[in-house]
Amino acid sequence: MSYRSPLGHARGLGSAKQGTHHFWIQRVTAVALIPLTLWFVFSLARLTSADFDVVSWWVAAPSVAVALMLFIGCALYHSLLGVQVVIEDYVGSEGAKIVALLLSKFVHVVAGVAGIFAVLKIALT
Amino acid sequence: MSTPATSKTTPQRPLSPFMIGPYYKPQMTSMLSITHRLTGLGLSFGAILLVTWLVCLASGVDCYNTIVPHLTAWYGKVVLVAFTWALLYHFCNGIRHLMWDLGKGLDMPTAEKTGWGVIVVSILVTAGVWALALATK
Repeated sequence: MSYRSPLGHARGLGSAKQGTHHFWIQRVTAVALIPLTLWFVFSLARLTSADFDVVSWWVAAPSVAVALMLFIGCALYHSLLGVQVVIEDYVGSEGAKIVALLLSKFVHVVAGVAGIFAVLKIALT
Repeated sequence: MSTPATSKTTPQRPLSPFMIGPYYKPQMTSMLSITHRLTGLGLSFGAILLVTWLVCLASGVDCYNTIVPHLTAWYGKVVLVAFTWALLYHFCNGIRHLMWDLGKGLDMPTAEKTGWGVIVVSILVTAGVWALALATK
């Protein structure tokens, strides 16, 4: 028998007026990725036989650099949210779940920072 | 007192059976749903490949020229075609999901029709993208 109040039990376990945030941001990034993905796929298709100089010149163009950074940011944020749901669905034990979620978060943030830094370095040097 | 429920232990609530197994008949729509997840997961690795490529590009011509032969080799092309299709599949099926979020196309006949549409369009556009890639010299 527990003496804790129902509110005490519920605290920290779920929605605190932010229950739809994850769902919503996944949709917002999805919508943003519609034009970005089309641009990305058809741009890269025309670069498959380009050499270092041509690809660097392409990335350095301001419109391309901005679009690439937006694509990397939106795609990795969208990926982070998706992978989180997969881990929550399939990783049973609480410990392994927390480790997997932390690992996924770190990898996504590192990838995002690295990708955006790489684009900036190419564009600004 | 046969089943004492305490807050310390997880209560034995009934669970619905896992989607893969003897309980559910495999259907086109459920297979597409699983494929959406699998392609999404695969694309997370694709994003890491994209970032690796960009970091190498930023590091200089030597690094770039060590990874590009792998991307243009037959196995690299297989991986890139697979990523192209995965991205386009996830893209098309993602739009299907967004339409469902708007409450459109939720009935079975429409869901099956749009499902076939996703399969056909993702394959055709993948072919088109690679035709463009191979035509661009």
